[in-house]
Amino acid sequence: MEALRIESTHKTPRVILDPENGIFEFSGRSIPEDSVGFYAPIFEWFDRYAKNPLPVTHVRFDLEYFNTSSSKNILELLKRLEAIHAAGHEVRVTWYYDEDDEDMEETGQDYQALLNLPIELSVKIQS
Amino acid sequence: MSMTYSYYKNMQLNNIIFVYQGEVTADLVSSILQMVENKLEGEGEDRKVKKRVFNVMVECLQNVYHHLDALPPTDASNPVRDKTALLMIGREERDYYIITGNHVLNDRIPDLKARLDRINRATKEELKQLYQEILTGTGFSEKGTAGLGMIDIARKSGQKLGYDFHPVNDKYSFFSLEARVSRIPEK
Repeated sequence: MEALRIESTHKTPRVILDPENGIFEFSGRSIPEDSVGFYAPIFEWFDRYAKNPLPVTHVRFDLEYFNTSSSKNILELLKRLEAIHAAGHEVRVTWYYDEDDEDMEETGQDYQALLNLPIELSVKIQS
Repeated sequence: MSMTYSYYKNMQLNNIIFVYQGEVTADLVSSILQMVENKLEGEGEDRKVKKRVFNVMVECLQNVYHHLDALPPTDASNPVRDKTALLMIGREERDYYIITGNHVLNDRIPDLKARLDRINRATKEELKQLYQEILTGTGFSEKGTAGLGMIDIARKSGQKLGYDFHPVNDKYSFFSLEARVSRIPEK
C-alpha cells in the first residue's frame, strides 16, 4: 500500500504512514483552524489500510501542542486503530510527552481511559 | 501625534505584550501566534508556563475566529460586514493574561453565560469529565469546532474565566473573555 507523507508546517504535524517500512508517526504540532480538512485524507488512508493491515501496527504520537478541534480528530484516528485492533490485528500506540508536560501526559491518559487499545505513555527525556 | 506617548505609557503600565484591534483572519491568527511564541521564547520564560500560555492563546484566538458575530455594515456604500475584534496578551508579576473581545448576537448570551458559569463552578475533576463527555459525545458543529475550547482554556488556566457582555445595541453586545495562566509553575 502506498505511503502517505505530509510535511509539517507551523500549524500541522509531520505525518508518515508507511506500511512498507513499518513507520506510522505523527510529530510536531496540530493547531489548524480547519482540523477536519487536515485529517480527512488521513482517515481515508486508514480506512483503506484497515482492509489489509500489517500483523503489527505501531503508531507513534510525538506531539508538542494540539488544539481542541485536533483532539477530536485524534480520537477519531485512535478509534480507527481500535477497530483494527478489535479485528484481531496487533496495534500498539506510543504517546510521547515531555517530562514536565503534565497536560500532554494527561491527554494521553484521557485517551487511554476512553479506548480499548494499548496506549503506552512514554516520557521524552530533555537533552 | 501627542497620543502616541500616552498609548505607549499605558501599554507599558498595563504590562501589555501585544494588542490588536481589527479583522480576525486565519492568517492573522497564525502571525500573532508566531510572534507571541517568539517573544515568550526570547524572554526565557519557564518552558511549561510558555506551553500553557501558547495553548490557551491558540484556543482563545481560534474561538474568536470561529465564533464572532460580524456586525452588519453601517454604511450602505460599503457592504462589508464588520468582523473586527480585540486581542490582547499581557504579563503581570504572577500571571499572563489573554483577553479577547468580539461582538456576539444578544440571542447567544444566555447560552454562552450558562456555559461559562458552569465551567467556572466546576472543579478540576469535573472539567476533566466534561471534556471527555464532549470529546466522545457530540460531533463537530457546523463551524467545525468541537465545543471544547472554553473547557480546555479553563483546564489549562486553572483559574476562573473572567467575562463581560457590554450592550452595544438591541441586537449585539461586546463579549470579552479573560483567561489567566500562572507564571509560578506548580511543583
